[in-house]
Amino acid sequence: MSDSLIPLAYLAAAVLFILGLHNLSSPRTAPRGNTLAAVGMLIAVVATLLVEEIVDYTVILAGVVVGSTIGVVLALRIQMTAMPQMVALLNGFGGAASALVASAELLGYARRGESPEGVVPIAIVLGVLIGGMTFTGSLIAFAKLQELLGGAPITYRGQQVVNAMLGLGALGLGVGVALHPLDLNLFTGLVITALALGVLTVIPIGGADMPVVISLLNAYSGLAACATGFVLGNSGLVISGSLVGASGIILTKIMCDAMNRSLANVLFSAFGSVTQSPGSPGAEDRGTVTGYTPEDAAIIFSNARSAIVVPGYGMAVAQAQHAVRSLVDELELRGVRVKYAIHPVAGRMPGHMNVLLAEAKVPYEQLVEMDEINPEFPETDVALVIGANDVVNPDALTAKESPLYGMPILDVGRSTYVFVLKRSMNPGFAGVQNPLFYNDNTMMIFGDAKATVMKMVEAVRAYS
Amino acid sequence: MLGDPAVALTILVLSFFVGFEVISKVPPLLHTPLMSGSNAISGITIVGALLAAGSEERTLSTVLGFIAIVVATINVIGGFVVTHRMLAMFKQKPDRS
Repeated sequence: MSDSLIPLAYLAAAVLFILGLHNLSSPRTAPRGNTLAAVGMLIAVVATLLVEEIVDYTVILAGVVVGSTIGVVLALRIQMTAMPQMVALLNGFGGAASALVASAELLGYARRGESPEGVVPIAIVLGVLIGGMTFTGSLIAFAKLQELLGGAPITYRGQQVVNAMLGLGALGLGVGVALHPLDLNLFTGLVITALALGVLTVIPIGGADMPVVISLLNAYSGLAACATGFVLGNSGLVISGSLVGASGIILTKIMCDAMNRSLANVLFSAFGSVTQSPGSPGAEDRGTVTGYTPEDAAIIFSNARSAIVVPGYGMAVAQAQHAVRSLVDELELRGVRVKYAIHPVAGRMPGHMNVLLAEAKVPYEQLVEMDEINPEFPETDVALVIGANDVVNPDALTAKESPLYGMPILDVGRSTYVFVLKRSMNPGFAGVQNPLFYNDNTMMIFGDAKATVMKMVEAVRAYS
Repeated sequence: MLGDPAVALTILVLSFFVGFEVISKVPPLLHTPLMSGSNAISGITIVGALLAAGSEERTLSTVLGFIAIVVATINVIGGFVVTHRMLAMFKQKPDRS
């Protein structure tokens, strides 16, 4: 293929990527979108293989075979609950690939004794820095989500100072490499600093903040690809990298808004490491909580006209989603209209809860976003909260002194009755008590969510 | 291919705008597949890896290129396959009439 045709192939790939993302606007067209993007990638790869500079295909073939095998096995075997880990790992690999390519380019210049010109040295620095940070940061996120590391923030005295010094060091080394690209000692220093920064900036972030971290790392992996595009002077990389960067930035913002926290607060405050004194003052005066039984719930649910299920991460931990779907099926057979209310941070990554429920064969029309469903609670007979806590805490709306104040919540307390399935009265991630549990119209059922829901299914069947 | 950095910068900025427009229309329902799918797209770095690994001389760059191909391929193939798997689960309500 003539080398002038190759940019056209990259253009075709970029158009297919954009069309692919465009098709993700609806679940009906989304599978086609994914196929279009994959075809775009195939075009880009095939066009590159035809470039004149590529003369040795053995290394390439070996790499592609090894990578494809690992990729397919991972993709087919991963559990849907483990999707956040999977995406973290993929982010990390993307970042690593960008950093490696930028490094290989620099070594190529050094070997030829040429100095890279123009924006190339800066792009190499950014590619290595962002890509390296993405790689190790993602590995730490993976380890936390996979529970190889504890989910709690890892903090030590002077942590912020160490990170700030390291950041300054990276900046200094970056400037050094940009000015003296062929000094490989400076370059090695930059690589090590980038890798260390990734580790040290993610370890202080708690497990429940991982949706933000994964989204941010997603953005980083795109930006790293962008930088590498500048290194190679390749428009395909620049375009695709910016699309992914934009996606990561949007998702990061949505996640931060859904927790009413700034990105800086998520990254630097080690939220969740200090347990706040459980309960705002007077928590004991709020009255006692009486435990109800699944049979009590079955009677109310069977007689309801409308119900809303509010799933939280606790439902996924208990693997209760299939049982919940059975319960909803039984209720619908008895004429109850049921919807699911999905909070943006219900789960460990953006949209995670929707995937878990889709896997349990819940039709997607029943999965309703927070803003859309909140006005429906006052007209709803009964809400069922499963393994969710902070996202239904009314203190977020009313109590100015609460750490949750200002966070958008699912306003379940406005439905006629609320059932809350919970393991115990332990406070949620934010370490605060939930006044919802003490409301007159709230009924708690303690125990394992899956076992409770299964008992409810039986009780509903027995009731009518 | 991109001689003038200003041209590359133009492409960068315009692509960001396209990205923001297109992605803000993706519903929260599909945010997980969006992430895994866009992840696969960011594996486009494989193109650079192919160039690094396939050049004439075998050097340290070839080794880095080989590793880059492996991780980028995992990213691309793993990303598209897992996205496909997820999207296949999103089903409408079957007609019960």
